[in-house]
Amino acid sequence: MSNEKLQSASKQVLAPLPYAENALDPVISARTIGFHYGKHHKGYVDNLNNLAAGTEYAGMTLEKIIAATAGKVDKAAIFNNAAQAWNHTFFWRSLRPKGGGEPPAVLKKKIEAAFGTLDACKKELATAATTQFGSGWAWLALDDDKLKVVKTGNADSPLTKGMKPVLTIDVWEHAYYLDYQNRRADYITAVIDKLINWDFATKNLG
Amino acid sequence: MSANIARTCLRMLTLLPLVSLAISGWAVEPSAMPGTSGATAAFQLPPLPYAQDALEPYVSARTMSFHYGKHHQAYVDTLNKLIAGTPWAGQPLEKVVAESADAADKAAVFNNAAQAWNHAFFWQSMKPGGGEKLAGRLLELVEKSFGGFEAFKDAFTTAAVAQFGSGWVWLVQDGDRLKVVKTLNADTPMAHGQNALLTCDVWEHAYYLDYQNRRKDFVQAFLDHLVNWEFAASRLK
Repeated sequence: MSNEKLQSASKQVLAPLPYAENALDPVISARTIGFHYGKHHKGYVDNLNNLAAGTEYAGMTLEKIIAATAGKVDKAAIFNNAAQAWNHTFFWRSLRPKGGGEPPAVLKKKIEAAFGTLDACKKELATAATTQFGSGWAWLALDDDKLKVVKTGNADSPLTKGMKPVLTIDVWEHAYYLDYQNRRADYITAVIDKLINWDFATKNLG
Repeated sequence: MSANIARTCLRMLTLLPLVSLAISGWAVEPSAMPGTSGATAAFQLPPLPYAQDALEPYVSARTMSFHYGKHHQAYVDTLNKLIAGTPWAGQPLEKVVAESADAADKAAVFNNAAQAWNHAFFWQSMKPGGGEKLAGRLLELVEKSFGGFEAFKDAFTTAAVAQFGSGWVWLVQDGDRLKVVKTLNADTPMAHGQNALLTCDVWEHAYYLDYQNRRKDFVQAFLDHLVNWEFAASRLK
């Protein structure tokens, strides 16, 4: 049985966290990850499986479900849960313990081509993350071959705009409220400086 | 010193009239910024109608300190910065909300004005020892509109849990019918010509320190222990 068939025969599975729940401490506490991964992310996966059971969406890849339901008002619940399941898996990989610092040369070159400097890129990403009103996400994404900063509301993602996500920061309040309360800007600065996984971002250029 | 005398003194000190709103005494009102001469009237954060720990254990003092002292304050402050020197400076908050609604290039003004209004309304929608039995015309309207008080609570809870992302759930009056509506982010029934009677904030900042992911538990505590039905009844037209 091919991998694709194996996947199509099974429900969506909560992807393992790529590090321990306390690995991002003190920037993101183990308590926050406990709820964020163990309750919110798991909740989206479970809801999606319940909503998709017995429908054409059962057994589809997340990407296919997202593409098939984006912008359809009567499919909003499936879209929201599928996109949030995808976004969170992508978010966990966008972070790592002892992240931040300098991106690999190939990514840095692309960043400088698009933003001028790494600092300008980080600043634009931070501004997008701070100004996303309400719940949502800030992204670095490839639009054709150019890097862009994008912000999306609620469950939305660059995937629905024909762009390729490179990295993301979750700015739903549940991502930072236990640790930073109203100080979203402090959370974003700490994530960009100390947790961003530039190696993962570089892999997404391909 | 009574609140009225304090208010009168404040008016005399500021030498600028307060612009009264439909319900004076609770809504965010423009008044002079202390310490500024010739300044345009700015909105002030309205006083919380109870102590910050008064809604314990259902809403913690810690939650209130951030929610009222940081979030609500920030919406008022940001709004004042955004409208300084514009025709909206000194206008009633409800007018700013109504006029900035549905104008994409005014989203920041609308978001902050509506959030300033929504939060002031939310504080009034709760009281210590709230959630008592309904009576009078409001009970009649609830029974007529929802089929019973329990059915209303179910509809309100369902809407609150189903509001995806940040937002609000409301009880509104539409003629002689009551409805439960939910709104996204800063959106508010007032911007759509609906008469709000009651609201519960379902932005995660409203409950995350106390309930984390358990929004439903927060909404049930709101309905059972905090709702200020007298305020809701006072809003009936």
